[in-house]
Amino acid sequence: MPVARWPLWLLACLLSLAAVPAAFAAQNPLDAGMPLFPALTGPVVDDAHLLPGNALQQLSQKLAAYARENGTQVVVVTLPTLNGYPIRDYGYQLGRHWGIGQKGKSNGVLLMVDAAGKRVDIEVGYGLEGTLTDAQSFLIIHDVIVPRFRKGDYAGGITAGADAILGVLGGHLQVVRQQQVHERNGTGFLMLLVLFFVISPLLRAIFGRGRRGGGYGGGWLGWLALGMLSGGGGFGGGGFGGGGFGGFSGGGGSFGGGGASGSW
Amino acid sequence: MSGTRRHLKFAGWAAMAGTLLLLSGCGINNIPTYKQQVTAAWSQVLNEYQRRTDLIPNLVATVKGYAAHEASVLEAVTDARAKVSQTRIPANILTDPKAFHEFERNQATLSGALSRLMVVTENYPNLKADQNFLVLQAQLEGTENRIAVARRDYILAVQQYDTELTTIPGRWYHSLFYSGYQPIQNFTISEQAQQAPKVKF
Repeated sequence: MPVARWPLWLLACLLSLAAVPAAFAAQNPLDAGMPLFPALTGPVVDDAHLLPGNALQQLSQKLAAYARENGTQVVVVTLPTLNGYPIRDYGYQLGRHWGIGQKGKSNGVLLMVDAAGKRVDIEVGYGLEGTLTDAQSFLIIHDVIVPRFRKGDYAGGITAGADAILGVLGGHLQVVRQQQVHERNGTGFLMLLVLFFVISPLLRAIFGRGRRGGGYGGGWLGWLALGMLSGGGGFGGGGFGGGGFGGFSGGGGSFGGGGASGSW
Repeated sequence: MSGTRRHLKFAGWAAMAGTLLLLSGCGINNIPTYKQQVTAAWSQVLNEYQRRTDLIPNLVATVKGYAAHEASVLEAVTDARAKVSQTRIPANILTDPKAFHEFERNQATLSGALSRLMVVTENYPNLKADQNFLVLQAQLEGTENRIAVARRDYILAVQQYDTELTTIPGRWYHSLFYSGYQPIQNFTISEQAQQAPKVKF
């Protein structure tokens, strides 16, 4: 690249930085029509008001205690309506948005009720798919939750459903599946590379120690090898903030569509 | 060293520091990063399709027990599954449109055959009451859901990567440092054709 074009490139870089907020604002067309995510106010988010005060409090305490002891976050959410949006599509995205479960383990479960659509959904984080299987989720919904909901006993159905989920989870060792997306690190290393391969020609030009004849040929092998070294990634550990009262938050777990749903 | 020369040297260091900040701020690493995300999303897609392929023999056997004379529907599923598992997936499938679309077509054929099978099962109350079948049905439904999630993640990852290759400044980084990185194929068959079996309870 001729030296004269460097300032142009830098200017463009600056401009592209300015354009970043605009890109973030653009909504993904795949999410068209999706209702907004509610706030994660605790292990039970009862926006549809299906649980009387004492049931809500008992369930919250139970789930918060379970999260403290085992690290596994089970979150119950009831919504007044999803405006016809498919509950399973919404469920896993809500789970990801909240980051239910610990980062790297993805040991979170979401029990969701769409009151207007009369649908129940259990979303299982990647790390628990081997323990709380689709079939077990299906049985919990159809044998435990739906019969109670049909009789109008929403509090009983939700409580019994949450208990059944905890029962299945507690009966086995946790299965931790390898995370699909690794966190990238080693940025500092890459900055050194930038220093070496990008800046040095610039410096040479400035100090006038002769023009370079060839291209970047000599740098390629080193670039590749070092890039491999730094690109290996690693697990982002910890980051679990759940458990406390008034301080319940997701730990960065992820969801991939495991679980089951049903209607009453 | 003369005064002007020292000044020049200082200006050089300042320019270097400035460039460093700017370059790391404007995503010189984006292309390999996004490529890695695409690869991870693709292996998840393969994973979930494989899970479905593994599920089918059991499902077919169970349905056969109750609805043996639906031979053509059962055969269509078995054939589509055989085609999926026999077609070799080349290493460069993501950048080879022909191989990619063949993979997608085969999976879509299997989706269609499975969908018809699940419709047919509606006519057999005994089959629908079978606990084993209910569990298989739940697993199939969960698997189709996982496939949908994995496909969606893949579509988003490829969009991000291909956009980075073709827009500035990614386009310049591409031609300067990452010329070996090619555009990657995205799913084209509509969600409609790929529609998961409708399972009613």
